[in-house]
Formats: sequence, structure tokens, C-alpha cells
Amino acid sequence: MFIINCPYCGERDQSEFSCGGEAHIVRPKQPTELSDDEWAEYLFMRKNIKGVQFERWNHAHGCRKWFNMVRDTSNDKIHAVYKMGEKPPLI
Amino acid sequence: MTKYRINKTRFVDQTKTVSFTFDGKKYHGFEGDTLASALLSNGIHLVGRSFKYHRPRGIMSCGSEEPNAICQINDDTNLTEPNVRATEIELYEGLKASSQNCWPNLNFDIGGINNLISPFIPAGFYYKTFMWPKSFWKKIYEPLIRLSAGLGKSPSQPDPDIYDHKHEHCDVLVIGGGISGIISAKIAAKNNLKTILIEDKNILGGSTIYQNNKNFIIDNKKSNEWLMNEISELEKLDNLILKTRTSLAAFHSYNYLLAKENISDHLPLDKKNGDIRQRLWKIRADKVIVAAGAIERPLIFNNNDRPGIILANSVKKYLDFYGVTTGLNNIIFTNNDSAYETAVSLFEKGISVKIVDIRKKSSSKIVKNAEELGIEIYWNSTVVNTFGYKKIKSIEIMNLSEDGSNVTGNKNRIQCDCLSISGGWTPMVHMHTQSGGKLDFRERDQAFVPNEKSENHINVGSCNGDFELEEIVKNTNNKVKKFLNINESGFDKISILCSKELEKKNIWLLPNTISEGKTKSFIDFQNDSTAKDIKLALREGFKSIEHVKRYTTTGMATDQGKLSNMHALGIIADTAGVKMGTLGTTTFRPPFTPLTFGAIVGRSVGKFFDVVRKTSIHEWHVQNNAKFENVGQWKRPWYYPINNENLHEAVQRESKAARDSAGILDASTLGKIDIQGSDASEFLNRVYTNAWSKLGIGKCRYGLMLNEDGMVYDDGVTTRLGENHYLMTTTTGGAANVLSKLEDYLQTEWPELDVYLTSVTDHYSTASICGPNSKKILKKLFPNKDFSDEAFPHMSYQDAIIDKIECRIMRISFTGELSYEINIESKYGKSLWENCIKAGEEYKITPYGTETMHLLRAEKGFIIVGQDTDGTMTPIDLQMDWIVSKKKYDFIGKRSLYRSDTIREDRKQLVGLLTDDPNEILEEGAQIVSELDKKPVEMIGHVTSSYFSPNLNKSIALAVVKGGKKMKGQKLFVPMENKNINVTVSDFIFLDKENKRINA
Repeated sequence: MFIINCPYCGERDQSEFSCGGEAHIVRPKQPTELSDDEWAEYLFMRKNIKGVQFERWNHAHGCRKWFNMVRDTSNDKIHAVYKMGEKPPLI
Repeated sequence: MTKYRINKTRFVDQTKTVSFTFDGKKYHGFEGDTLASALLSNGIHLVGRSFKYHRPRGIMSCGSEEPNAICQINDDTNLTEPNVRATEIELYEGLKASSQNCWPNLNFDIGGINNLISPFIPAGFYYKTFMWPKSFWKKIYEPLIRLSAGLGKSPSQPDPDIYDHKHEHCDVLVIGGGISGIISAKIAAKNNLKTILIEDKNILGGSTIYQNNKNFIIDNKKSNEWLMNEISELEKLDNLILKTRTSLAAFHSYNYLLAKENISDHLPLDKKNGDIRQRLWKIRADKVIVAAGAIERPLIFNNNDRPGIILANSVKKYLDFYGVTTGLNNIIFTNNDSAYETAVSLFEKGISVKIVDIRKKSSSKIVKNAEELGIEIYWNSTVVNTFGYKKIKSIEIMNLSEDGSNVTGNKNRIQCDCLSISGGWTPMVHMHTQSGGKLDFRERDQAFVPNEKSENHINVGSCNGDFELEEIVKNTNNKVKKFLNINESGFDKISILCSKELEKKNIWLLPNTISEGKTKSFIDFQNDSTAKDIKLALREGFKSIEHVKRYTTTGMATDQGKLSNMHALGIIADTAGVKMGTLGTTTFRPPFTPLTFGAIVGRSVGKFFDVVRKTSIHEWHVQNNAKFENVGQWKRPWYYPINNENLHEAVQRESKAARDSAGILDASTLGKIDIQGSDASEFLNRVYTNAWSKLGIGKCRYGLMLNEDGMVYDDGVTTRLGENHYLMTTTTGGAANVLSKLEDYLQTEWPELDVYLTSVTDHYSTASICGPNSKKILKKLFPNKDFSDEAFPHMSYQDAIIDKIECRIMRISFTGELSYEINIESKYGKSLWENCIKAGEEYKITPYGTETMHLLRAEKGFIIVGQDTDGTMTPIDLQMDWIVSKKKYDFIGKRSLYRSDTIREDRKQLVGLLTDDPNEILEEGAQIVSELDKKPVEMIGHVTSSYFSPNLNKSIALAVVKGGKKMKGQKLFVPMENKNINVTVSDFIFLDKENKRINA
């Protein structure tokens, strides 16, 4: 169980957080303009990387804020946390 | 004193006798004994039968690696515990232990016949045999397998003991209280680091604490005396927590560790009562030092499993720690020097001992010591067979060929009553790998050792592959100093003299004169897998170590292969001609030793299992005989039986009353979210399928919420309280998830929206009054209010005051009746409810529970999200097209409603079902078919809700059926176990389609 540095609250136990899957998938502004394939790409297709992955996390049992996190899924090393809307760091 | 208790030691108090029973017979041991040492002191080796062949088995080790001596402890129905290792449990007065896996008893076990037919039950026997004939499976094979499966008996009554959880934080956690752990803890604690040292035994010191051999000297003292002194100094340190009887269960990432402390397991029965039995420590450590030690390996030869065959270092521990000899006529069979320490110890106590060594010579100090004492040593020899059914009586040895692959010369038979075996040492790398660490194979020691990359944990001592005293002490000191950034320690100038092993030899499977197929060379003693089984698996094409493990069950017993895994790997590597290092190991998973369920669960049992949420009206429900239903964490009244009514009778009465006069429901549990902000209307437009901008202040509207995939997620009525202020209701079970989902969109997709969400579920209590007389009751409660349809129409809300308390009245309906919901601050909920009951008395107002609510809404054809939907239903499938806005440009899930899959016409769609026999009630979940004779039977749908409607006097059901929209009037079938029920597809609104009642 890892320790996550919530950008609003500081270091807390993983048990306070929930993971919201891959980060930086933007909801299309005009879904009706998209083909089935394009919509499916947004809706269903997610990466499952062994290695450095950009993820959304929610401090569910804390400040309830969503934020982004860069985690190496092979060893759970957390490279960065940053607020929603901020640019992802270069890893 | 028995003839096997030959030595006085400081660890066993021979003035304090402890009595216990084994298989019903009474024995005596002493305080400080384990069950195993006490049994051995009584000359008892045979303690169990093996799992598959039911071969007699004896105590084989002195620790957690024990494969054979697993016992049933206690015979009470609530406290009995199976699979307890006799080598670990401390003896206490009144201990009752019995052997497992034998019938009718340990000495005469019918299952022993498996041993005779063993040539016919090789690895994979079950998979191969029980495949055919198919009809035998249910009646013959399965009951037989179940009968022979499992070890021991589980308790049949609830566990009365208390278990505890505790969190702890420290700078340094040291795992293991042997010599390297003690050195590590002392360095850390002396440098002002908050240190915890955990040790699974009751006494610190590991194997050095009983090492009084003159060849092992530290600072001119025997190593045990030196260590004893260190321990007494350690115990004086302030910032050190010493936890004995505490074993590490799991080492998770980020140095999060679980350790189990035995608090009362070792106490006599009369002192156990009421106290905490075990505590699970949840430790977060800045740095972890693993000093878990090593396990001695057995040797693999024919019939290496007889009672009386024991690991050599365990024999030494029984002798030097417990004062018990495991035999009076010993042979030691070894491939390394460490077993010679056992030989010297035995010899010094005047006990007969001989040595068989597979090596040609050894020139170390300890071997010279043994030779000087005159101990007979058979060099370059191996054991090829053993004799004695319930206890070893003799062995046969032969010489090894030059390359060790074969045996030569004549067989030499030697009598003995105990055979000590030593195949070298396996570092306990479990902790290291559990934390994510990798391993390297070290050819010199034929062992996997940690490949250390982590900055936050290190391995020291023999678990790191340091086996000799000098390297253990010096490497530990240097490593710990570097790890903790310390320049000097009290161990820098230490002087050590010890024996050093120069000649090494290892043969994973020792050669024999007879063919392998006819030998029984056990690798996994508990699961009875042999070298033959491993080779069979390889011949049958299994290559991966993980597959061989599962096919042969090697390493899958309660000891998790602590003794067997290395040999399995070695034999695979030798047979397949590959290097051990390339083979890898099986995965080491927590827990390291079995944990009790009690320790895992801790205090979260009974009423502490989960949070219970009660509404403010709960007490009234209890007083009025309500039966409750769990809805999420909520306790909701299910029905209110009168005069011993059953569920059906009560629901029929409640439903009738609600339609004929008045009913009242506690609706407080519905989720409530307060939504405020200048973009609140726009927000609702985006999250609900219908339009919200034009909803007037004071009006209510039903909304359906989808997932982005177009499937119905939640529903509820939202009320516009003000220009920028709404109150959303959600389903009871969905409240928390809906709030999270809405927050997610607000924070991540639409941060530009000015909207604030607050959960107010617990803030308000809700009494929902329905029925033709509800208006009259409301009038009595609020005499000053105009309840005319013009002033207070359906789907509107008004503020009101009752007993000087503000409340909100919504005229909304989930039953299809004229209906009002009164929301009031929770602390006044019960008083409001009682006022409603009082006002409704003259109309026989009837409290009803969730079951009646479900029935009433089903009559009206209202869905329940989660009952009539299952995450695969779109609003179109539910025939709720009317609620999906065509005009709105976008809302969550809109685009998915016309994906190729969601526009299919043969999707499951919501329909009503009427049974041909109006008294036949369908089972919810029952499958629906259109053709009875078609094979295979095509299931076209299932029943989602089903009731007997007292208001319509017939059975009604909701169902989802493929292409159901176009099937109205069609005959279908619901096949049950004994009959087929004929049904007709109908409209799913069974009652008052014209909404006359709601608008009454």
C-alpha cells in the first residue's frame, strides 16, 4: 500500500484514495460530430501500461479533490502528482 | 524425567511441569517447551499422516517450515483450530492436541492403503481419472473427493476470542531477532532512531543463542554468551520496541508491513479468558532491515519421510535449547559443515552419532573437531534407502560415483533411531520478494539471494546469503551503518573466530540403484509430491515452474513449500538441462505463515462489521414491530406485520390500504444532494437526459441519469428551490456514487461551471404520505395551507411550518397515488412522523415498508434502477424515450444512445408479463423462453420484478425480453424446475395509465 502526496492535503495513505483510471482523456466537446469509432475510442479504449502511466486519482476519504498522478505500475513508484488542469510533467 | 530429556538448559524450566494431551493421552512437558519438543521428550515422533498416501510422518523441523507436525488444537466447537504447527505452539497447561488426516486413528489409518496403490495415483491423477464417465461426477467422484479433501476440522461455532488491529510508525523496523537482527536493532536504536524489532519466537537470539560450540567465538566469548550479553543491553534501550511472539505476515510496497502478535495463545486455559488473543500490527516504517534467517534444506533420497528423519539443525535446537534428544542412536546425513555442529553437540552429551557425508572431505575447523572426537564419518556416501514403518530403524548407504550421478559398491546397512539430514541452507527471501525485490541465483551456495535495489530496505544475515558467523556480523554491521548513514558503531572492532566451509557439494536428487519410478523420494512432505512426480510433469510437457507446481501440488500445502521449492526447482533444472537462475522461482505471496481469520478481521465483527445507518424515525419503526431490510448501510422498514402476519400477508394489507385510504413511508434514506451556483441549471442539463432550463422555481421534475456509455445509472426527482438552487434526490443505494460522479465531471470536465454540491442526505428526514385520503391528512397537518390542485399541483413544492418548524412539502409520487413528501430537519423527523400518524388515524393511515413500496410502483410500471436495470439498459430499452431530450445538444451518455449496438432492435427491453394463471407468481430472476422444444434452449430474457397485486387481484411482473417492445400480446414461457409457466407480454403499466389517481 503506497503513500500518495495529495496536492491539496499532503502525504496520506493509499486507503484514502480511489483511482479513476487513465488521465488526460478529454471528453469530446462535440460528441454528436463523432463517428461510432471515434466515440468508442474516447469511451472504451484505455492503455494499461507496464511502466510509467498517467492516472487520475481522487482523495475520496479526504478533500474529495481529483488530481493527476504519474506512477510506474511495475514498482508503484510515484514520479509526480499535479492538479487537474496543470500540464503533465515530462517524465 | 524421560530418557530423551537429557540436558538442562536455561530456556526450559524443568522445575515447572506442564501437562497436556495428544490424541487423548496425557503427557508431561516443561514450561518453555513447544508441543513438538514435549512430544519428542516423550519419545513421540509419529504425529500425523501425509495428505495423499497417508504415510506415517514425524516432526521434521523446529519452526514455521514444519510440513508434517500439524495438529488440531482444542476440541471445543468454537475454539478448535486446525493446522497448528506443533513446532511453533508453546506448551501450556491443559493443551489438547490431536493428529489430523487419519482415520480411524493415527496408528491404524485406513487411508494408508493409498500408499500401496501409489503407483496408480501419480501427479495429475485426479485430473486424468475423474474425467469419465461423466455421470459419475456428481454422485460418486465429488462426494469422495470432498471426503478426503482438507486438513483438520474448522470450528463450527463463532469464535469467542477478541482480535485487535493496531497501527504503528517507526524509523527502522527490524524483522527477526537473531544475531544479525539484534546487531541491526542496536545500531539503529543507539542512533536515536525509533526502532521496532519483531521476532516470532518467545525468546530473542535465533540459532546463535544456543550455539555453545567452542569453534564460534566472539570477543573471546562463546557466541551464545556474547549474544546473551548483547540482548540484555538491547533491552535497556529507550527508543526500541521489542515484540516477541510476533511474526511478519506481509511486506507491502512503501514499507507497509503487517505483523501478527500472539498475545494469549501460549497462556494456560484459565488465564486466557476475555483477553485479546492476537493483534495484527500495521506498521509503516521509514526503513526496513530484514533479518529473517535461513531454513535448512532436507535431502532428497528414497523413503526420506519416515518418522525420526529430522533436519540436522532442528536436532541441535531440540538438544541445546529444549534439552531433548531426538534419538539415542543417531546418524547425520549431510552435504555441508553445519550438520557437524549437531554431531559435536550430540557427542558431547554422550549420545551415539555417526555421519554420512556426500562430499569427499572437508577441511574446516568444525569437521576437524568432529574427527578428533572420534565420530565415525562415511565420506562420499549417500543414503539409498531407509527402513522402519512408524519410526526409522535403519538405513542403507552406498558410495557415490566420481561425478555423483550414480552409486557404486556395496550397500551398507546401519542401525539408528534418528536420521538428521542437512541439504544446506535456503535464505528466507520471502520478505524481500513480497516487497517487490528481485533475486539472483548464487551458484556457490546453490541459493537464491536478494538482488537489492530498494533504498528503503536491506537484507542482513543468512537471509541475505551470509551463512558464516564472521560474515554475518561484519556484513551486517557495515550494511546497516551505510543504510542508516552512520559512521561508527559498537561492532566495528569486534573479533570473531569461526569455522569456515571450504568444500561444497550439492545433489538435488540423490542417485539410487533402483529406478526412479520405484522410489519414493519426497520433495513436498505435506502434499506427498515426489521427485518422480516432478519428472512426470516435465515429460508430460509442463515447462513453467508455476505450472509444474500446480500440476504436482509441490509447494501448495500449508507450509507453502518452505522446504520443497528449491528441490523442485533443482530437479527441474537438472532434468531439463537449464540453469537454476534462468528458471526463476514461484511467486512468494503473503502471508508468510498462515494468519487466523480473526487476526485479519480484527474488531470488525458482529455489529462492528459495517456502519449501520438509521433514520431519525427508526425507533418508531422498532416499536411498531417493523421487520428491517438492509439497503446499502441503511436499515429500512421492510414490512410491519400485525398479528403474526407473514411477509406476503403484511404486504397485501399495506398495499391495499395505501390505494384505498392512506399509507405512510419513511423515505429519509433517499440520497439528497444540494446543488447551488449560477450554472446549476446548465449542470443539470448536462447530467440528466431531459431539459431543466425551463423548470419553474417551486417545481419538481423526474430525471434519469446515464453513464457515458448510455446505460441508466440513477434516477430521482429534483426540485428547483430557487433561481440557482436545486435539491436532487438519488436512489438510496446510489447516493454516494452519484455525488462522486457529479464531482468528477465538475472538477475534471467542466471546471468552468459555477456549481457547488453538498450531500444533505442525513440533514433531512422524509415522511411520504400517499393514497386518496392523503390530501385530507395534509390539510389536518397544515390547516393554513391551500392543497387545491390549482394552488398545489402535482410535481410542485412549497415551504410550510409544522409545530413552528420549517419544512418542505413536495407533491410527488412513486406509487401512482396522490402523494406528498414532507422533508424536515432530521432531528424533528420522528416528531413529524408521529404527527402524521396521529392526523391519519381517522383514515387508518398504514405505515408500509420497502416491499409494499416496490409492489405499488410495479403496479404503476415505475422502474427501480438496479432491480429492473442492470447497467445494460438504455432509456430506450426501458421504453422511456419520452424522457430523452431530442433538442439538447449534449448530455452524459447522449452520443452512446445511437451507437450501432444501442440502436439494435433485438436488445432486451422492458415489458410487463401476465401469467395465464393469475394466482401464479413468477420468480424474480427466472429466465424467459419463446420456444420450449428448441435445443439448446434460447433464453430471451428474465423477470426483474414480480408481485401479487391485491389492487388488481392478479399476479404482475416486469421483465426484460429481447425485442420485447414489439411482442405485446405474445405468449412466452418461464421454465421452472418442475413446470413451465405460461405468460403473456403486456403493457408494463398495470394500473391507472391515465394518471387519474396521481392527479386526484
